[in-house]
Amino acid sequence: MPKVTVDGQEIEVPNGATVLQACELAGKEIPRFCYHERLSIAGNCRMCLVEVKPGPPKPQASCALPATEGQEIRTDSEMVKTAREGVMEFLLINHPLDCPICDQGGECDLQDQAMMYGRGGSRYEENKRAVTSKNMGPLIKTIMTRCIHCTRCVRFSEEIAGVDEIGALYRGEDMQITTYLEQAAKHELSANVIDLCPVGALTSGPYAYESRPWELKKTLGIDVSDAVGANIRIDSRGREVLRVLPRDNDEVNEEWISDKARYQVDGLTRRRLDKPFIRKRGKLQAASWGEAFKAIAKAKPGKSIAAIAGDMVDCETMFAAKALLEAAGSKLIESRQTGMDYDVSNLAAVNFNSSFVGIEDAGAILIIGSHIRWEAPLVNVRIRKAAKRGAKVFVVGPEWDTTYPAEFLGNDLGVLNKLPASVTDTFKGAEKSAVILGAAGFAAGAHEAALAVTSKLKAEFNALHTAAARMGALMLGFAQKGGIADIVKAKPKVVLALGADEVDWSLFDGSLKVYLGHHGDKGAHAADVILPAAAYTEKPGTYVNTEGRVQMSDKAIFAPGDAREDWTILRALADALGVSVGFDSFAELRAAMTAEVPALSNEGEIADYGALPAAPKAAKATGTIDAYPITDFYLTNPIARASTVMQECSAELLHGDELKEAAE
Amino acid sequence: MAGRHIAPDTPELRERWGGWTFTDANREKADWHIKKYPEGRQKSAVMPLLDLAQRQVGEETDTQGWLPLPVIEYIAEYLDMPVIRVLEVATFYMMYNLVPVGKFHVQVCGTTPCMLRGSDEIIAACKARGMKFGEVSEDGLWTLTEVECMGNCATAPMVQINDGNYEDLNVERLHAVLDALAAGEQPKEGTQEPGRHTSEPSGGPTTLKEMVDANHDYRSNW
Repeated sequence: MPKVTVDGQEIEVPNGATVLQACELAGKEIPRFCYHERLSIAGNCRMCLVEVKPGPPKPQASCALPATEGQEIRTDSEMVKTAREGVMEFLLINHPLDCPICDQGGECDLQDQAMMYGRGGSRYEENKRAVTSKNMGPLIKTIMTRCIHCTRCVRFSEEIAGVDEIGALYRGEDMQITTYLEQAAKHELSANVIDLCPVGALTSGPYAYESRPWELKKTLGIDVSDAVGANIRIDSRGREVLRVLPRDNDEVNEEWISDKARYQVDGLTRRRLDKPFIRKRGKLQAASWGEAFKAIAKAKPGKSIAAIAGDMVDCETMFAAKALLEAAGSKLIESRQTGMDYDVSNLAAVNFNSSFVGIEDAGAILIIGSHIRWEAPLVNVRIRKAAKRGAKVFVVGPEWDTTYPAEFLGNDLGVLNKLPASVTDTFKGAEKSAVILGAAGFAAGAHEAALAVTSKLKAEFNALHTAAARMGALMLGFAQKGGIADIVKAKPKVVLALGADEVDWSLFDGSLKVYLGHHGDKGAHAADVILPAAAYTEKPGTYVNTEGRVQMSDKAIFAPGDAREDWTILRALADALGVSVGFDSFAELRAAMTAEVPALSNEGEIADYGALPAAPKAAKATGTIDAYPITDFYLTNPIARASTVMQECSAELLHGDELKEAAE
Repeated sequence: MAGRHIAPDTPELRERWGGWTFTDANREKADWHIKKYPEGRQKSAVMPLLDLAQRQVGEETDTQGWLPLPVIEYIAEYLDMPVIRVLEVATFYMMYNLVPVGKFHVQVCGTTPCMLRGSDEIIAACKARGMKFGEVSEDGLWTLTEVECMGNCATAPMVQINDGNYEDLNVERLHAVLDALAAGEQPKEGTQEPGRHTSEPSGGPTTLKEMVDANHDYRSNW
């Protein structure tokens, strides 16, 4: 632990810290462009210059200089100020005076730091350099004349995303950042380079010229596009969500989010259910709330009512539905829409027990039936980190493009019964190891076999869900022993679909199907009564991610038209059905919910599900995994399916080659 | 430097160079270069491999050679590295030609010492022979490029033509060199100044004069 002096203040810094980090620890702000905590050190912008003794009598780049015992660092001397001003002047030589028309304006590192270190005017009289803008796909808009060559985007795609596609061509003044032959950046985290770009060279395509940052209301939210529960900031203006940005949370999403989480929000204004509908003579017709409730009450469900929760609903909605059903005397609640019926008697057996941070330390990882890049891109980032630290990764299931070396063991689940020696030896040699069971593994019924393999390999068991609502639903008991089939068998008079779009509704022909949700998607098409509800940005809610972490999201905007927050609809429905649910406000609802499931009140904490159950001895893996449930990363949920940006991504990034061929 | 660009990715380019591979001799050389580095570090051999590829393309087209995109992709695949990383290297170094060049790639140094010693006339003379910057002359023989310092300041001005340097030039001497090359002869490389061997002071040595013909022990003079 070296001791250094920063501007006369002596502090102790951790081993291996850089001078820049030492200055930060001492509370000094160091300007920087190329340095980023989560990327490798490049040291090419020279903005972080400080004066260091002992050392050469010139300013030094603090980001690339290790802090050593007895260093005297000055960040406030005249030399430092002049040096930084010099660097800034050089950076601004070729930087256009675009600020008034630049989307980065107001949140631009260069703009902010130019306020501190910039000269009033330019002394450069020659022509500025101009660079043609590059195509990087539908999400990233480029204005490359603004680029200051920090190479953060290059390092991100190489180090974090693991997809080497952005590079710096040519040299010196002619250096240009581009993708190979200007192909679109084709990975699920591509838009994170927009946040990383310290200037306006890479900006958000769909958000171009939409708004200024100071006009936006910023709400802390949780992403529901996958089960990672990425922490997001919802930026809204008036009644519209304009963009979503990641928030820092080292335990969940670090500071990245997937492109889907970021760009599905334009779907929030399209195909919305903004008034109640009732199916009359086979056609859905707009109705009033009163008529809709009357139509449901007319079915006289009594005890014969069921609820199926969708993939994006919050715990409060599910609890309200559960309370309603319990008041009516029914226990028919289920959340696994596609009919899966794995055992949920012990939640530890359906949880990501290693935790996202913990999986980075695993030395051996066996993935069973999961296309992790599409099911949880941010978990893939963690596994890539583990692989870079030397972890061996094995996958059972069809091949997909991993961003790290991985060995595919074939599609046949039978391989779990007798794993090859190379796998078992790797697991034996690893200090910490993990088995990850994904959506395709669950669907193929490999849950018990996976648990058995986990105990045989002495690894940690991890379930990787794809639905943001799944863990919360299971904690609230939204599961029948036989899955959806049990509910079909019970032939309920009324089925409440809480944003459930993936259910095979033809099984419920005899029931009155009430769809409570926000998008006119598959669920609404099949419904008899539609009750318009709020999307995840339009209601406060609790979500539990796949590692059992309880997180809360705030309400950013109001739901459109006549749509209401889900719990109020269920509360009103209780009145219509003549039952009492026992809460009249959101606070009372949350209190009742946490009284029943206390873990849901520990925001930010991982719920404790106790020990893993003993593995069923006789479990034998059979069958094959022929495909993964997610066939199109960009169109997995009703919001994304309604989003033109996501449709464009799907068409261009996933099916672009087919389109090109068709055109030729 | 300015104007350096990658040859456009056209169907004609793909047709001409798609499926390009090393010759057996070059593959042997490439593997020899790769073996110089530890296992898993084969990427380190990217520069010699690009050079080999450029020379092979040169032999096939009877020019100095260049690097078409399919060739760059082949190298990337050969070294199991992302093609953008190979392209970064190829675009960074001036010695890799990104567009077709002539049989003789005349690279005139225009940096300060050469400029003071008359590189402007050299360039003018080249242009008078029909060469243009960055273009292949009509007869397919010449491509002219202005480059930065080649490290021959003591014998300025100079041009580098393919693998040879021709120094101490004036317009006359330049024409002699170019005429010889055009006639298929190999002119003497290095300094073109009569009586000068390499980069010793022009007009004969000014120090250590006794050492010119044989070794001489100066220690007694100290």
